[in-house]
Amino acid sequence: MTGDLAGEPAGVLAIGDHKFTSRLIIGTGGAASLDGLERALTASGTELTTVAMRRADLGSGSGVLDLLGRLGIALLPNTAGCRTAAEAVLTAQLAREALGTDLIKLEVHADDRTLLPDPIETVDAAQQLADEGFTVLAYTNDDPVTALRLEEAGCAAVMPLGSPIGTGLGIRNPHNIELIVARAGVPVILDAGIGTASDATLAMELGCDAVLLSTAVTRAQDPERMASAMRAGVTAGRLAREAGRIPQRFWAQASSPPR
Amino acid sequence: MRIQVNGESRELPDDSTVAGMLAALELPERGIAVAVDGVVVRRTEWARAVVGDGAHVEILTAVQGG
Repeated sequence: MTGDLAGEPAGVLAIGDHKFTSRLIIGTGGAASLDGLERALTASGTELTTVAMRRADLGSGSGVLDLLGRLGIALLPNTAGCRTAAEAVLTAQLAREALGTDLIKLEVHADDRTLLPDPIETVDAAQQLADEGFTVLAYTNDDPVTALRLEEAGCAAVMPLGSPIGTGLGIRNPHNIELIVARAGVPVILDAGIGTASDATLAMELGCDAVLLSTAVTRAQDPERMASAMRAGVTAGRLAREAGRIPQRFWAQASSPPR
Repeated sequence: MRIQVNGESRELPDDSTVAGMLAALELPERGIAVAVDGVVVRRTEWARAVVGDGAHVEILTAVQGG
């Protein structure tokens, strides 16, 4: 694949029947204000944004839904906070009913301290949701075996973590991400752990199809500026992947002709 | 009759439907979903589905997250 003349990466991101030009998915958690969130989302160029499902506050509306509707950004509801497959399936069903989308970011957390995904519950829920016609994007460990199992269960995308949610520790096992990419038949979206733009670039250079992040932007000192940086980082990484990097060498190789 | 809505006790007229309950709670119908006793009630059923006495109702909406 080659980019067009403007230098933009080629191709669209297809997740199930949903197609996106942007390869940066933004989470809305952690934003200090809706105004700031709007500026960051606009700067990021994102076309898909996560929301969480929570008990409705009796007597108040949902500002974030109004905002995302106004910006024309597609909703990706998540199942954050669920500990079991049964909870995640019910939350997904409620999200589909509330928001009218079949997209679901499946996440089943094993414990509050690490927020690491529970692979057994996640695969179980993925199977049930795929059977019910959901377009499932599954949050998973950076484990190539679990990623394959999720794909077999019917997931439309697998989303391995770079490092635990909110840590900003970047991609701790790049080789595992490459292994996941090498065998995946569905899009691979690097989710969680991104701290700064170079992390997003690395994810794309490793062959990921997209990056999902929230804290790195919403809790940055200047979220709007960091959103721009992430957008550029994702684009740079994608272009570099398409361009084909040089092999790494142990010894120097002169780039000028010999005398 | 008395039901539990999101963990809070609420008084509703007997034989209220889901739609009637939402109106009584002054909730917008857009962007929310309803489960009664752990089962999702489809939007198309709201006008007909009756909420029983003592039912545990969960009403969810989208918030910032993820």
